[in-house]
Amino acid sequence: MIKLTLKDQPTVPLEAEMLTPDQFSGLNLDAIRALPVFLGKRQLRVDDFFTVDGEPSDELEIHGDLAKVKYIGRAMTRGRIKVCGNVGMHLGAAMKGGSIEVTGNASDWIGGEMTGGLIHVHGNAGGQVGAAYRGSLSGMNNGTILIGGTAGLEVGMRMKRGIIAVKGQVRDFCGLQMKGGTILLMNGAEIRTGAWMIRGTIISLKPIKLLPTFPFACTYSPTFLRLIAKHVAPLGLSLPMDEQTGTYHRYSGDSSVPGKGEILVWQPRV
Amino acid sequence: MLRITGGKVYDPANGINGEVRDICIADGKVVANVEGGRTIDANGMIVFPGGVDIHTHVAGAALNFARALTPENQRVAAKFLHTKETRMGIGGQTPTTFATGYLYAGMGYTTVVEAAVPVLSAKHTHEELRDTPIVDKACCLLMGNNELVMDLLEVGEYEKAKHIVAWLISAAKTYGIKAVNPGGVAAWKFGKDAKQIHSPIDGYNKVNPGMIIANLAKICDELGLPHPMHLHCNNLGVPGNVSTTLETMKLLEGNRAHMAHLQFHAYGGDDWHTMRSESVQLAEYFNTHPNLTCDAGAVLFGNAVTITADGPWQHLLYQLTGRKWGNLDVENETGCGIVPYTYKGSNLVNAVQWAVGLELLLLINDPWRIFLTTDHPNGACFWRYPEIIHLLMHADIRRERVRALPEAALSRIYLADLDREYTLYEIAIITSAGPARALGMKQKGHLGVGADADIAIYNQNPDGELMFRYPRYVLKGGEVAVEEGEIRSVKDGHEFVCQPSYDAGIEDYLKPVFQQQYTMSFENYPVDAERVHGMQIAECSYQKTT
Ligand SMILES: [Zn+2]
Repeated sequence: MIKLTLKDQPTVPLEAEMLTPDQFSGLNLDAIRALPVFLGKRQLRVDDFFTVDGEPSDELEIHGDLAKVKYIGRAMTRGRIKVCGNVGMHLGAAMKGGSIEVTGNASDWIGGEMTGGLIHVHGNAGGQVGAAYRGSLSGMNNGTILIGGTAGLEVGMRMKRGIIAVKGQVRDFCGLQMKGGTILLMNGAEIRTGAWMIRGTIISLKPIKLLPTFPFACTYSPTFLRLIAKHVAPLGLSLPMDEQTGTYHRYSGDSSVPGKGEILVWQPRV
Repeated sequence: MLRITGGKVYDPANGINGEVRDICIADGKVVANVEGGRTIDANGMIVFPGGVDIHTHVAGAALNFARALTPENQRVAAKFLHTKETRMGIGGQTPTTFATGYLYAGMGYTTVVEAAVPVLSAKHTHEELRDTPIVDKACCLLMGNNELVMDLLEVGEYEKAKHIVAWLISAAKTYGIKAVNPGGVAAWKFGKDAKQIHSPIDGYNKVNPGMIIANLAKICDELGLPHPMHLHCNNLGVPGNVSTTLETMKLLEGNRAHMAHLQFHAYGGDDWHTMRSESVQLAEYFNTHPNLTCDAGAVLFGNAVTITADGPWQHLLYQLTGRKWGNLDVENETGCGIVPYTYKGSNLVNAVQWAVGLELLLLINDPWRIFLTTDHPNGACFWRYPEIIHLLMHADIRRERVRALPEAALSRIYLADLDREYTLYEIAIITSAGPARALGMKQKGHLGVGADADIAIYNQNPDGELMFRYPRYVLKGGEVAVEEGEIRSVKDGHEFVCQPSYDAGIEDYLKPVFQQQYTMSFENYPVDAERVHGMQIAECSYQKTT
């Protein structure tokens, strides 16, 4: 395992897209220390900000308050990153594989346009989780993002495939312009959930406020939910399935686009 | 002083077809002989006059709008880093100004025509062209929906309209004029289009598209402009539009005209499901009417950004694609629409469009009258021209590509039946000698004594795409601008403008009308000559031969 420890928090955000198993592969510690990072427009070295020790490996552990360190794990394809602390914007942007775990909170745009792999944030996340960058036609195109705490605005904006699960509350515009994939809201969301969604599924285990363009369709318990439940079980999530205890209400929309997406809201039997 | 020796020279304007001969250069021009100086050994290479792009969109308000509207393209575009010779920039679908110059020169092109400039944003366009290095430039002024001109045609004041057009060309410092969907963009301001070329335009009782087209063509000829009216016909992109295109061409008999991006105007069928190629019918007419030139406006599969003054068409395209849409109104002059677009080989309509561009290039038998363009960035980016050249040179590769199209496309196109293969001599015509002649630029597009020493030298290679994508040397004005794929020296190019004569009294008419109708004051409207970098005035000496 390679261990990096942040010496001092940078004054302005540090762009550290070299901090991935792919970039470290085949490098000894001295070569890793010499990799470039950008502080504003200045190009500096990894060891200007981090102490680096351990053994060359596909596993990477980063310690410290990295709230101002951006692009960790960018475009990674394999291996494992564990961030012990908070982490900054664009974590795992465009990642293709491997996994990232964050013990603290994460900032905005984590997993933006990712195509595979797993991001697990134990704390809260910012906005635009798994989203499309501005102008792009689609956001995350596969992979899994799990947030232990709350999440911000535009979670899953334009996502096309994959799963985003949030244990805490989610803010406005969750699933904005969503094109496919699944968002699991274990604790509901604020307003305008699924606005302009074209396809895809948003599942909420708590009652949520729906847009008027999501008419009620039916109650049901689709088979694919069992598959999703099986997929997220190893992440410590469980979806209620027992028809004795309740059903899912299906709302279809967003009919203002018009779209063929769905919002499933768990309705416990009373 | 410089001598290029040992290369096979293709100089169609002077009838030279692959002969090994020396080209001598002094003071930026081709000369008969030089003593001393650098010698470029071009053994195993071919020597072409620098490319001339007769129709492209590389500068101005519309292009800037497109750049702003498509950050997703910029993120993945080629990066140009700052070096001793070059400024930074990005390539992609809508390259930045400096990158545009490097990309054109890097492909062996040394002259480009920005095809659509409104008077109102001419200043902006000239500023961007100033920052587009190496290549020489010229602009066409948008005139097909100018309300000052249309109002005069409405009341039968042809002469006055002619003086106004001349005044506007001089004021905007442009080279020629372009008419885009004549009348249709003016009608778009009422939410309409102009689909019938003989029906009056919304807001007018008499003026119709045909009247605008015929009068502007005549005005260009009478003003003696070196380049004829540059025309984007009505009903661009629409199934069945070949009838409009043919009707338009008939109106132009007796005058010169350049038909822009003809591919977009050569479709049959009644709707998107029945759309088909009408290249054969169009080429037949075109071949027998030497008053016309055209450019291909070919399409290649992949991402593009459509940018045109044709506002109503862009609105339709937006509705068809559901992608984002930008619309600009340019007061009394024109409009503009932007829609990002992806041409897909699996899409029947796109497959037909792809075939039609190549078919026209193969079926129009005089290479001096059809030129290589993609209506950049509408059909594809200009830096993809070598892909088209490769297809034009190899019928077997075309047939292989046709086989990959959807089955249903095959009965709607002619491409698989066409055996013609372009020679290098013909490629030199459609990329350089032909467009230079159609533009009336006597110093461009050839390598005879007195020509500007704009020269592209390529390693001869059976793979036309590789050969034309990476020139070994590119000379601009006698200086080696590109060598082995690297920018070596960056000099600013010239801008060619025309100053046709007009009755000075026209300003007395124009000023009050202008003060009443425009948001800008009359004094601020014209572009000062000092703002046009490296301005060279071209003669208006065209004379009609009867
Ligand atoms: Zn054009």
